[in-house]
Amino acid sequence: MTAHDTQLDQHGRLKHFLTVEGLSRELLLEILDHAESFAGVGDRAVKKVPLLRGKTIVNLFFEPSTRTRTTFELAAKRLSADVLNLNSSTSSTSKGESLQDMLHTLQAMHCDMFIIRHGNSGAAHFIASRVSPDVRVINAGDGRHAHPTQAVLDMFTIRRHKPDFPGLRVAIVGDVAHSRVARSEIHALRALGVADIRVVGPKTLIPAGIESMGVTVYNELESGIRDADVIVMLRLQKERMRSALLPGAKEYFNSFGLTNARLRAARKDVIVMHPGPINRGVEIDSEVADGTRSVILQQVGHGISVRMAIMALIMGSLAPGRETG
Amino acid sequence: MNRIGAGEIDGLIRAMALDTGAWLKRTGRGDPLIIGIHTGGLWVAERMRRELAIDSPVGELNITFYRDDFSRIGMHPRVAPSHLPLAVDDRHLILVDDVLNTGRTIRAAMNEIFDWGRPASICLAVLIERGGRELPVQADVVGRRLDLHPDQHVKLLGPEPLALEIKKSE
Repeated sequence: MTAHDTQLDQHGRLKHFLTVEGLSRELLLEILDHAESFAGVGDRAVKKVPLLRGKTIVNLFFEPSTRTRTTFELAAKRLSADVLNLNSSTSSTSKGESLQDMLHTLQAMHCDMFIIRHGNSGAAHFIASRVSPDVRVINAGDGRHAHPTQAVLDMFTIRRHKPDFPGLRVAIVGDVAHSRVARSEIHALRALGVADIRVVGPKTLIPAGIESMGVTVYNELESGIRDADVIVMLRLQKERMRSALLPGAKEYFNSFGLTNARLRAARKDVIVMHPGPINRGVEIDSEVADGTRSVILQQVGHGISVRMAIMALIMGSLAPGRETG
Repeated sequence: MNRIGAGEIDGLIRAMALDTGAWLKRTGRGDPLIIGIHTGGLWVAERMRRELAIDSPVGELNITFYRDDFSRIGMHPRVAPSHLPLAVDDRHLILVDDVLNTGRTIRAAMNEIFDWGRPASICLAVLIERGGRELPVQADVVGRRLDLHPDQHVKLLGPEPLALEIKKSE
């Protein structure tokens, strides 16, 4: 059973959220619309709605994360759920308890939802296919496979600025080979009808055969971002340098670092995104990251509304069904 | 009777505005914010605002996140988010809905309002009041009382022109 099959119930409703791959345009837009409704909650005196009152949500993070974990936590709290944060360094897995045993233990405590980040591709899917039927699972990043909530919050950010998806030119720049964000992003853009998707980076960081995902490859930055409406910068992991895929941070910045001068190749109203955390002076210059075209901090705020929408939708699928009236 | 037309509804709303004005005067409450509950309540509130010559725009309340049936039917289809143009703290509010039935919508609306702030008072105005109350909620201003059988369903169609449709529930 694929991750997409696992995440839908027999009525086609989202039951878990594991991948963007295979998600219909309608379902994606439904999430974005709900997120738009949740966005106003943060502006009020009481920044909470009572939808998930009495539910317990567990953040299970086996890899370090600040913004993804905290925005998931805030999203859960704004839905009035109770939140448990378990990091691999503080949990029993470091004492040799298996992942499956840990899940059984948490289920015995009547936890309702697991949000999982794990270094192994397919970890969230593995867990979703083993939990009891009333437990929900969200993938917060699994290995190199997917980071679906990041992709949806990026679509939300793009739509806020440029709502006409089919006409957009989107460039994804950097370490595409090791990026779970890039993969999820491409699936989401394709589902929303974006025709011109480019991946831009040195040959060593672009996976062979990626054209089959419906993208065009550029190995030079300026031509890759020419007339782009949206630029998605990816974080360059330091270990890539150590593994000799790249000569060094400085050399990388010289050819692929986004500066204001290079940004002129893109459209005047281009928006620059980055899933964070940013490496200033490696993939992006501070003048761009902090500049007028950057929407990087907006992405963080949007992450809360989008995660609220996804949590509410999948918990709502536990309901027996719609009645009349 | 299974339909109430635009002319009659406009008359009902004008009468509601008059009653609301009198009610505000009697209770000494000035400078109110008028709030409509999505979607029918919003249409009625907009017309009442014009009749009452209230300057501030109508507040919009989307009570989806406060409904008490989430565990039974999940998320409702999305409607526009809530938007209140003014702070509700210490303000007199006129809460408007199209139909008052069980009272659960009004309970949800009041819960949401209190997450925006602490109003000085809330006056409830409804176009149609019908029986079937399940909560102790009563309207201060009523356009028309209808004595309907529990399996009859009343729905406001709009926004232009407004019409009320009464039919047997499926």
